[in-house]
Amino acid sequence: MDKTKKPLPSIVWPLAALGLILLFNLIFTDGFFSITIKNGHLFGSLIDILKRCSPTMIMAVAMTYVIATSGIDISIGSILAISGSVAALLVWGGNTSYLSAGADVQPAALFFIIVVPLLVSMVLGAFNGLMVSVVGLQPFIATLILMVAGRGMAQLLTGGKVLNFSHKGFEFVGRGYLLGIPFPFIIAVLVIALAALLTKLTPMGLYIQAVGGNKTASHYSGINTRMVIFLVYIFSGFCAGIAGLILTSDITGADAGFMGLYMELDAILAVVIGGTAMSGGKYNLKGTIVGVLIIQSLTTTILTRGVPPEYTLLVKAVVVLAVLIIQSKRTSDFIEKTTAKVSKAGAA
Amino acid sequence: MSDNLLEAIGVSKSFPGVKALSNVNLQLGRGEIHGLMGENGAGKSTLIKAITGVYPRDNGQILLDGVEIHPTSPLDAEALGISTVFQEVNLLNNLSVAENLAIGRQPTKKTGTLDWKKMNEDARRILQKFEIDIDVTELLGNYSIAIQQMVAIARALELDSKLLILDEPTSSLNLDEVEKLFKQMRRLKEEGHSIIFVTHFLDQVFEITDKITVLRNGEYVGLFNTADMTKMDLVSKLMGKEIDELHEFEKLSKEQKHKEHQEVLLETEKLGKNGYMAPIDIDIAKGDIVGLGGLLGSGRTEIAKMLFGLVHTDNGGLKIKGIHSKIRSPKQALMNQLALCPEDRKEESIIPDLSVKENIILALQVKQGWFKPLSAKKKEEIAQKYIDLLNIKTPSSEQAIKNLSGGNQQKVIVARWLATNPNVLIVDEPTRGIDVGAKTEIQKLLLKLSGEGMGVLFISSEIEEVVRCSNKVYILQDRKVVNELHDDQINEQQIMHAIAAKGDS
Repeated sequence: MDKTKKPLPSIVWPLAALGLILLFNLIFTDGFFSITIKNGHLFGSLIDILKRCSPTMIMAVAMTYVIATSGIDISIGSILAISGSVAALLVWGGNTSYLSAGADVQPAALFFIIVVPLLVSMVLGAFNGLMVSVVGLQPFIATLILMVAGRGMAQLLTGGKVLNFSHKGFEFVGRGYLLGIPFPFIIAVLVIALAALLTKLTPMGLYIQAVGGNKTASHYSGINTRMVIFLVYIFSGFCAGIAGLILTSDITGADAGFMGLYMELDAILAVVIGGTAMSGGKYNLKGTIVGVLIIQSLTTTILTRGVPPEYTLLVKAVVVLAVLIIQSKRTSDFIEKTTAKVSKAGAA
Repeated sequence: MSDNLLEAIGVSKSFPGVKALSNVNLQLGRGEIHGLMGENGAGKSTLIKAITGVYPRDNGQILLDGVEIHPTSPLDAEALGISTVFQEVNLLNNLSVAENLAIGRQPTKKTGTLDWKKMNEDARRILQKFEIDIDVTELLGNYSIAIQQMVAIARALELDSKLLILDEPTSSLNLDEVEKLFKQMRRLKEEGHSIIFVTHFLDQVFEITDKITVLRNGEYVGLFNTADMTKMDLVSKLMGKEIDELHEFEKLSKEQKHKEHQEVLLETEKLGKNGYMAPIDIDIAKGDIVGLGGLLGSGRTEIAKMLFGLVHTDNGGLKIKGIHSKIRSPKQALMNQLALCPEDRKEESIIPDLSVKENIILALQVKQGWFKPLSAKKKEEIAQKYIDLLNIKTPSSEQAIKNLSGGNQQKVIVARWLATNPNVLIVDEPTRGIDVGAKTEIQKLLLKLSGEGMGVLFISSEIEEVVRCSNKVYILQDRKVVNELHDDQINEQQIMHAIAAKGDS
């Protein structure tokens, strides 16, 4: 087989799309690329994109693995809301009648404000995992249960109110800067590093792709397919929990009804734009990261261009559609056929 | 020619790259039960699908009552008087038994609404003929496969067809149920209906059929009177070997046979599962290649699945190197130094999008455990070792396995299991659907491995292979081990005799 006809790595198309969006801004948006330092913090549109995309990025990383096992997790928006609500509650010392609480509120220790919501999120993820791997429900339906019920649980937790708070330590999670870099983005980088470590330093990455590619064959090869699926959904819950902490901390309040609403869709979209097939198998983590950046820079571009808000969603949809068409198999086949006329000799 | 109800003359059918049927004939008399026989891939199903209009034939004629027919769908064929019960029950489990029986001809009241009462009464009446007394308003899915099969058959009969085609209807029935079915088939025959009966069970063919048509590799072998045939004849027709020609055989490796007594690696003690496989006592010693001989469905793959923990046995046990062991999952099998190259390469073996390298190291990684990942260097070393050893033709170890040819995919799977360094290697149809060159290579490899002390359980429907490689052969019939052949006893003639021998010997 001739090595000249090596197909382009799949990351090329999402990168090209991202490049196009940035190029557009380079030409049409003044000061899009300017980065200044204010109060020791980096400032600018690009920094803003990195900060804003962090919660989606964190969830999309986990979604990549879920989709690679040929599953899906549409409950993460609701898990995010529960995580945020639990955190806000803990800041209020667990007192739901906070409005009348006055000044004698005793917030829980920061450690618990962070760890308890994450544990709750992982338990919820484990529930999803059980439903999919042991009970054998369709992943879409299994996670639909928590998508609906989870938001209800979050609203029960907050008593149907928006829980605003102020807590210097916890606010750092979503609003802080470390070495001038927005802290949420640092968390996102850490989550990506953790995911990469878990999948590279253990056989998890191999098992996820094996289970997604051919579950029967994986079982025959001795892989505990249920455990692999179970763990992936726990990780997804964990990541949604982190995203919930960031968002709640950033807006210093938990709005159980609306926080994280439809964010699972952005995460799924990022995974697909990144080149991981919904049918499972091979995943592309780098592609997902680029996919998140595409979605966020698109949103930021639309906002900074001053497009009337009522057009925002439509413009976004049109661009996403264009990206997906460009990287579809048909298009790439077409491009390969028309550009390279290398003979097909030496096929296996 | 109107002696014959149905006649197929020179029917051919090709699929891209495959000639599924070439010039096949079938002559079916009135009031006749006709066995259609052939090994896997012989073309039985294709012929039935051509007759029932699932797909059009390329060439040839099909005459019903002397008139050429061109059915375009099974429904169309039904209108002509040919009803079919396909191997997979194709009724609706989410509807009641009565609804299933009435579909397409539901009784209605004057108002145009369904007449449920009549529908249920009809259903009871229909099933009465089969001595089946069940609640017809219950969902079909709540009954056993056997009842479902009977309902499917009853439905087909109720269409009052001239011709009934039954494609392996007995594979999920027990002896009692088979008897009931046969009783109905005899009744139908007396009433003048004709039946085409497809099965792999030799005993059943001899019990119920009047004539037999044999197909092999898509070709017509012949039409035979059941009464004039012995089982031996039929087996040789199915396998394509004339008995007399089978006396002389090359033995690729004489030294493989006549071995001294060696350490037993794997031994089963009445291992079995109710309704799946009768208790078996087999043993595999160091350096053995143990063949399993038997027709399709006789229990070859079932043994492999029981040994490898894919099916949970409910009686007996097994010993590994003399120690009682429990194997309840492939992982446990793997930890006990067993390996299985499964029968179905596409469904059970390859992970299509992963690379050759990843496919090779998969089972070894599982054996190592979660916390001992193989390093990139080690993976590449192992992959290269087996690519060279097994002569796997791939541009690189990074190539996705789906891009390899069938034979090379099979070698990758063999490599996956050899990498785990097993004591006993079970290979289920390792040479199916691969070219001759690769076939020989795999056979040679098995001989080499056994020479190095590995025990091999060799499952193949190609009898020559079994003869060439094995030093012991267990003969299977209807999910029972019925005989055992050693060393010099192993030749095609003996194996065929044993396969065809009366079941209750």
